[in-house]
This record gives sequence, C-alpha cells and structure tokens, in this order.
Amino acid sequence: MSEQGIAKVRRLFGPKGAAPEAAKAGAEKITPPFWVMVHKEFGDHINSWRFIILLAIVTVASIGSIYSAITALSEGFSGSYEAVPEFLFLHMFTVSNGVMPNFLTFISFLAPLIGIAIGFDAVNSERTKGTLSRVISQPVYRDDFLNAKFVAGLQLIAVVVFALGFLVMGLGLFMIGYPPTPEEFLRVLATLVITVVYVGLWLNLSIFFSIRFKQAATSALAGIALWIFFLVFYGLIVNLIGQATAPSNPNDAAAVVAHQNFLMFLSRLSPAYLFQEAATTLMLPNTRTLNPFITLEQGYLAIDAPLSFGQSLLLIWPHIVALISMTLIVFAASFVLFMRQEIRSRS
Amino acid sequence: MAGQPVIELRQLTKKYGDFTAVNQLTLDIYQGEIFGLLGPNGAGKTTTILMMLGLTEPTSGQALVCGIDATRNPIQVKSRVGYLPDDVGFYDDRTALDNLIYTARLNRIPLREATERALSLLERVGLAEAAEKNVGEFSRGMRQRLGLADVLIKRPEVIILDEPTLGIDPEGVRELLALIRDLSRKEGITVLLSSHHLHQVQQICDRVGLFVKGRLLACGDMNDLSRQLFGGATHTVELDLSAWSDELEQRIRSLEHVVSVERVEADALAGSSYVTARVVCSDDLASQLARMALEHGLELYGLRPTKYGLDDIYHRYFEGSEAS
Repeated sequence: MSEQGIAKVRRLFGPKGAAPEAAKAGAEKITPPFWVMVHKEFGDHINSWRFIILLAIVTVASIGSIYSAITALSEGFSGSYEAVPEFLFLHMFTVSNGVMPNFLTFISFLAPLIGIAIGFDAVNSERTKGTLSRVISQPVYRDDFLNAKFVAGLQLIAVVVFALGFLVMGLGLFMIGYPPTPEEFLRVLATLVITVVYVGLWLNLSIFFSIRFKQAATSALAGIALWIFFLVFYGLIVNLIGQATAPSNPNDAAAVVAHQNFLMFLSRLSPAYLFQEAATTLMLPNTRTLNPFITLEQGYLAIDAPLSFGQSLLLIWPHIVALISMTLIVFAASFVLFMRQEIRSRS
Repeated sequence: MAGQPVIELRQLTKKYGDFTAVNQLTLDIYQGEIFGLLGPNGAGKTTTILMMLGLTEPTSGQALVCGIDATRNPIQVKSRVGYLPDDVGFYDDRTALDNLIYTARLNRIPLREATERALSLLERVGLAEAAEKNVGEFSRGMRQRLGLADVLIKRPEVIILDEPTLGIDPEGVRELLALIRDLSRKEGITVLLSSHHLHQVQQICDRVGLFVKGRLLACGDMNDLSRQLFGGATHTVELDLSAWSDELEQRIRSLEHVVSVERVEADALAGSSYVTARVVCSDDLASQLARMALEHGLELYGLRPTKYGLDDIYHRYFEGSEAS
C-alpha cells in the first residue's frame, strides 16, 4: 500500500503528460490512468474463474475450521460454566478438534496460494497476449502498470480476507452465542490486517516471477516451489543446521542460548514463520514472549496474566515491519527488472 | 518536403551484446508524409520504432519525436504518437468498444468523450456492428482494423504502424491502405510504416527508407532510391533492330541520361533476323531511341521500356550484396 503512496508522489512531481483534452473537458472528472488500470484489473479478477475457484476453496476451508473449532469448544467445557476460558471468542480461530485444522492454520497454509494464484500471470500473460506493448505505448508510467497490478490484487485480497474473517466471526457468534469483547475484536482485526500484508508479500513474489519468466506456467511453478519450500523444507533445513551446530557442552548456558537465538533468527527469515508467530501471538493473548528461553526466575516471577492488546502488538511489531520490508524488497526487485525490460509485441 | 521534421533520429544505435541491431541511424521524417521503412526481417525496423517510443533505450544516439527526446520523456512522446505493434493484442474477453475506451481513458480522456470517439472510430474502420462483440471472436483483419482505431483514439500527430498488413487478405490490405492514406491526406497525420511488402509500400508511401542489417542504405522517393543504389539506372529500354552499327552506338552513348549500352546475344536457335540492344538510362528515353534508330534507316521490330519498381530495386540490391 505504500507503493501506492510512492506512485502518488511521483505523479505530483513527475512531468505531466500532455492532455489537451483535459482542459477542454473541464467539468467532467478525469480518472488518472493508474486508477483506470486498477479498476480494470480488479474487474478482471472478479470475473475470472480462478477467483471463483479460490473463493470456493477458502470458503470451504473457513467453514471447516469453524466446525472444527465449535466441536472442540463444546467438548471442552460442557456443563460447567465457570470453566469458560478467557478470550473464548478468539478460540474460534485457534482451537481445533484434532480432525480439522483451525482457521489460523488454514489461513497460513492457503494465504500464499491466494497470492500466487492472483499474481503469477500478471505481467507475462499480458506479454503473450500482446496487450502489454499496447498499454505501455500509451502515455502511462511503466511503474503505474506494475503498481496497478499490485494494488488491484491487494484490494482483492483485502476484500477476501476480511470477508472470510468476518464470516468466521459472524458464524461463530451465531453458533456459540458468546459476543467478542472490543479487545478481541481488535485482535481479530489486527490479525486480518497482518494476513493481508502476508498475502501481499506472496502476491508481490508471484508478480516478480511473472516479470522474470515469460511463461505463465513457469512463473506459477516457481511461486509454488517457493511456497512449498518455506512451508515444508525450510523448517527441516533449520533443524538440520541446528543439530549440526549444537554446542558440544549442554551445560554452557551462554552457548546454548546463543545457539537458540541463531536458530530463531534463521527461522524468522521465513515469511511463513514470521506470519505464524505474529498471528499466534495476537490470537493467544497468553503468549508473553516469543523467546523460548526464560530463566526459572523469569518464569516464576512473571505474572500469569494475558498481555493487553497493545503489548501483544508491540511484541510482534518487528514481525510486521519485517513482512512489509520483505514485500518492499521484492517489489523493488520487480521494479528494477520491469523498468528496463524491452517490450516487444508477444515476446 | 515542406515543414519541420516530426521525427529526427540522430546517430541512433542499439546493440544487443555483440549484435548491432541498429547502426548509426540518422533520419528525418516530415510533417504529413507517409514514410515507409522497408527491409527484410531482422533488419532492425521494430527496434528503431521501439526506440522512437522510448520502449527500449538506445545504446547511443538520440531519437526526437515532435521535438521531444523519446528516451527521456517517453510519456509526452507517447501521448502524441500512436503505435500499432505488428501483432497487436487486445483483451479477448472484453468487447471491442471496451478495449477502445480503456485505451482512451489511459490517455486521460473522460469516459463520455471516450465512448463517443470509440463509436465514431469503430464506424470509420467498419466495425460498427462488431462493437459489442468480444475481441476474442475477431478475425485477423478485424483485429488489425480495431488496432488502427485504437491508435487513432488519442488523436495522435504521428502514427507508427509496424507491419500493418501482415496476415490480411488482399481486399483487407487495400482497404487498410486506403484508410491510412486518407488519414494522412485529410488530417495531416504523419505516418511511419514498416513493412517488407514492397508493393504496399510503393502504393502509399511518399518516401521510403531501405533498411538492411541495421543500416539505412538509401532513403527518398523511388527515383532517389534507385539513383542512390544504382547510380541512376532507373530505366532500361530494349530495342530489337534489323542491324547494329558502331555509329549508332556512339550516338546513343552521347545522349544525356544514358548510363550504358550493350548488345544482347541473340538466341542462336531462334534464328532471329534482328539484333537486340539494351540501353540503361536514368530517364525514359524510349521515344528518342526509336527516332534515332529510324533516322539511321534501321527497322525497329520491338521496343521494350522498363522502369524499375521497388521490387527490382530491392532484388537488385540483394543480388548485388550477395555477389560482393
């Protein structure tokens, strides 16, 4: 979304394209080319089969997760009302009956897929259709074209993610009849925002691939490969490194802590891990620290109470910043790649 | 040619690694003319066009369009220049009208005016009935005509057409060329047309640039071109005479415009009773030659004047370059 800002700034300071008609038209409002492109992209997405399929998958997943959560909750505290846990409403998103995964797991699993599906043919399909050279030979900035692709995709993602989040909230409210507190509501909202950022990262990655690879299939495959890599293999690799570099003396506390920190750093290079950590922290207010090592004193002396919303947010602030900066880095890469690319028709 | 140059190319060079696609190209194209960029595939025509639009950066040199540097201010150039790529693409799942309106709105034309212009242009290129059809159903010729409408919707000063007639049937080509000529003559739009179809270029272009291996070999109208390429040998006259004399040959050689005179070996088997001479000249001398032969008391059996067309120029050039 910050890219949008950049585009705006550019438009303010950049040379204005000559528009003799603009003055003549006077009263009628002229939509800047950037928004014309965004509207068109958004319309294309909404009408596409791929979007309908995605929506179906994600909807089924969320309904499944609600079912899972509700069965788990009703088994969990049947009868005794004193046992109603704190933040019951948030449990809608985090507990599972052991058969079906919960909402958070579903989302962290499917989010990259949404991003990849929306962006993988953003640029190369226009190239093979021959529309890229036609659009780029109109008086529009090249970066506007890229920004429009991203902004339209992100808008769509935001709509989908929020719709699903509210769907789960609404259904949950209906089923368990237990209203959320304002804090719980804010936590869910914040989680949805982070989800949008996370999907945005994958959208950007897949747009990058769509610029890099001329074939839509190759770019989709590259995106999916990366998704599977972070989802499955990255954790394994970090474990392997962990075992290989484990300090020889398990009694050397400093070495063990340093080693653990190192592993933590490695894990956090993965956007999937970052997202999972951030979402879990927000959804489980009892998470007081993300550091696996607390000394006995720390554990003993800490007040056993959930964190406030602000404190949870503070805990994961670095994660949000990291996710956004990853997005920016990928965006910059696509930008550099695209700006200097030669655009011939259909090649 | 009257007027200011609309397109000025100065020492324009584009290299891809070791390969030089366009080499030191200097060219002026003037207001209101139809200029044909002629050359075989891979001669660098499209690369030159891309540089004029700022779609690719020249390695060195400068391209000025309407006095604006296309590399530095491509946006301003692109708002004045309409470009029709050789294989134009449209959004297939949208209607022809939608596609045109989209282009118009990218040019900052408000929706209402865009719709009006799109409808009148569709009428003009003969696609009025197909306005609400999806472009996916269009034939090649219809797409090309829609492409022309798409180029015109921004009311450009210059239009650049890259192989506009490729893959269209002869009747379609004729209509398209008539449309292009009409635009240039009635609205003063400068047209740059790239093609390897000699006849079409010959039909509508005021001037032609012959482009081979990244170099502009010759440029100008048909006479200029042949003069530049063959030192003025634009015409050939073949004479069938009852006899041949050195005196006559001397007289012919002394004529103005004559480049060369030679006797063509008569076909022995035909057992012809006359001699054939070929006179190459830079102007049409057929009638003078006939008169001269009669003055010498010779019988004239045949007279075949030939003027070089672009085809001949083109072929003769390539024959020459292969031989050397």
